Amino acid sequence: MSLSVHFHGTLGQFALDVAFEAPGRGITALFGPSGCGKTSVLRCAAGLQRLNGRFALDGDVWQEGRTFRPTHKRPIGYVFQEASLFPHLSVRTNLLFGHRRTVGRGVPEHIRLNDVVDLLGLGHLLDRSPEHLSGGERQRVGVGRALLSQPRLLLMDEPLAALDRFSKEEILPYLERLHGVLSVPVLYVSHDIAEVERLADHLVLLRQGRVVAAGPMQELQADPTLPIARMPEAGVTLPAVVAGREDAYGLTLLRLDGGHLLVPGDLGPQGTARRARIAASDVSLARNPPEGSTILNALPARIVAAERQDEVQMMAVVALGEEGRGARMLARVTRKSWDALGLSPGQPVYAQVKGVALVQESL
Amino acid sequence: MSWQPIILTLELAALTTVILLIVGTPLAWWLARSGAWWKEAVATVVALPLVLPPTVLGFYLLMLLGPNGPGGWLASLWGARSMAFTFEGLVIGSVLYSMPFVVQPIRNAFEAFGDRPLEAAATLRASPLDTFFTVAVPLARRGFLTGAVLGFAHTMGEFGVVLMIGGNIPGQTKVLSVAIYDYVETLQWDEAHLLAGGMLVFSFTVILTMMMLEKRIGRGGR
Repeated sequence: MSLSVHFHGTLGQFALDVAFEAPGRGITALFGPSGCGKTSVLRCAAGLQRLNGRFALDGDVWQEGRTFRPTHKRPIGYVFQEASLFPHLSVRTNLLFGHRRTVGRGVPEHIRLNDVVDLLGLGHLLDRSPEHLSGGERQRVGVGRALLSQPRLLLMDEPLAALDRFSKEEILPYLERLHGVLSVPVLYVSHDIAEVERLADHLVLLRQGRVVAAGPMQELQADPTLPIARMPEAGVTLPAVVAGREDAYGLTLLRLDGGHLLVPGDLGPQGTARRARIAASDVSLARNPPEGSTILNALPARIVAAERQDEVQMMAVVALGEEGRGARMLARVTRKSWDALGLSPGQPVYAQVKGVALVQESL
Repeated sequence: MSWQPIILTLELAALTTVILLIVGTPLAWWLARSGAWWKEAVATVVALPLVLPPTVLGFYLLMLLGPNGPGGWLASLWGARSMAFTFEGLVIGSVLYSMPFVVQPIRNAFEAFGDRPLEAAATLRASPLDTFFTVAVPLARRGFLTGAVLGFAHTMGEFGVVLMIGGNIPGQTKVLSVAIYDYVETLQWDEAHLLAGGMLVFSFTVILTMMMLEKRIGRGGR
C-alpha cells in the first residue's frame, strides 16, 4: 500500500469524507454515481482543489495539516475529461510541454517521446494542430502529454466520458496496453462499470462522499452485499491463462483459479494471459453434473454466500473447485429455483457458464 | 504645414500603448481571475473614461498634477516644475483616458479560456508565472491585439484631455487633433483638410487591418 488518501470537507450540498489506501502499482478505480465526489477526490490529489486531509505517495507527504504542495510541484500526470490540449501549440509541443519542464530540468527520463508515440499511435499527428483532431485522438494526446511529464502518479478523470461510443472503443485498447507497460500507479475516476472492469485492478466504491468499500476488484465484485452486485450487469472479471486448444471445434481452453473454461476463438499461444468477464446473469447453478445440456462449461464449485436481491432473485457467490478454494463468481438465480433445489451456503454445486467475455490482453 | 504634430502624436500614442500594455496586462489578469469582492469597483474606475467627458478627466488631472496638486511632486522626477502643459503630463492623461480600451479586451480574453488550460499547465509542472507567459498570454493574443490597436488609435484621436492638461505648445503638447483645431480657428482650410483627411484614412486602415488580423488569429493560425 503506497498511496494513502484521506480528504474531508464540505462540497456544496454534502459532506465529503473519503479515506482509502491503494497499491503503488496498477489501476485503482474510483467508482460511483455522478456527484458522489470522486472527481473532487482526484482534484484534491492533484492539488487543484483543497479540502482538509492528508495525501501521501510512497511516504512522500503532499498534504497534511498546513503542508500543501502546489500542483506544479507534484509529480503527477493528469488526464482531464476533455483532453484540454493547448490550442496554440502543435501536437508535438503539447506532448513535450511537461517533458520540457521535467526532463529538461534534470528529472530522469523514464518515458520517452518515441515510446509514447508508438504506444498511443500518435506518429501521424505530431505536426497537426489539436483543433484538427478527433475526440479520441485528442484524448490519446492528452494521455501522452501526461505520461511524458514523467509522473509518479497518473490521475485520470473520466477520460472516456466525453467520447462517443466509437471513439471509446478506439481508445480503450490503448489504455489497456498502457496498463501492461506502465509501472506508475493510476487513480482512475469513472462511473462506467464496463470501463472499470476492463481496466481496474483495485476498486474504491464511493457514494455521496463516503467510501462504501475498497479492495482488489475481484473481491469487491464477488461481494453480494455491495451496490455493484445489484446492477443488472453485475459480474466478475477473473485472470485467466490459455491452457490449450480444441482446434477441431475452434475452441480455446482457459485456466482459471480452480477450474477451466472452454471459449470460442483463438486466444493466442499457450500461456497467454487474458481477463475473462463472467456476468452474474450468465451463470446458473445445478446440484448434479449436468447431462444432455448444450452448455459447454459446468464447473464444480461451492456456494459461499447468498443474498436476496428482491422478490424474485437471489445473488449467490460460488467459489470454484470441489473444495471451494478457487476464484469466486456471482450467479443470479431466481428464488424459486433456489428454494426448489434447497440450495444454501456450503453446498457443492455445478456452476454452468453460458457466456464469457474476454476483456483484456495480458496483465 | 509642419510634420511636428504628426510625429508628436505618433510618439504619444506609441508610448501610451506600451505603458498601457505593461500596466494594463497585470490589471486585466487580476480583474479576470481575482475573487476579491471589490474588483468590480476597480473595473468601474478603469471604465470611467468611457462615460466621462474628456474635459472632466482633464480638469481633475490638472488639479491633481498641477504645481499645487497632491500629485505635483511627480513633476520633480523629471526636473520640471509641473506636469501640466508638458509631454509627460499628456502621457499620464492619455494612459488614464485610453485604459479601458486596452484593459477590457485583454480581460475578456483572459476570462474567455477559463481555468482549464491553466490547470492543465499546472499539472504539467508549469509554475504560475511560466503558465502566464506560455499559456495565458498566447491564448489571449487576440485580446492583446485588439487592446493595443484600440489604445493606440484612441490616443491618436484624443482632444479634450490634451487641451485641458497639455495646452498647445508646439513640439511639446501640440498633437494632431489640437493642430487641426488650430488650423480651423485660423481659417487655414487646406492644412486642416490634409490632416483631417489623413486621420480618416489612417483610422480606416487601422480598423480594417485589425479586423482582418483578428479573423486570421481567430482561425487558429500559429
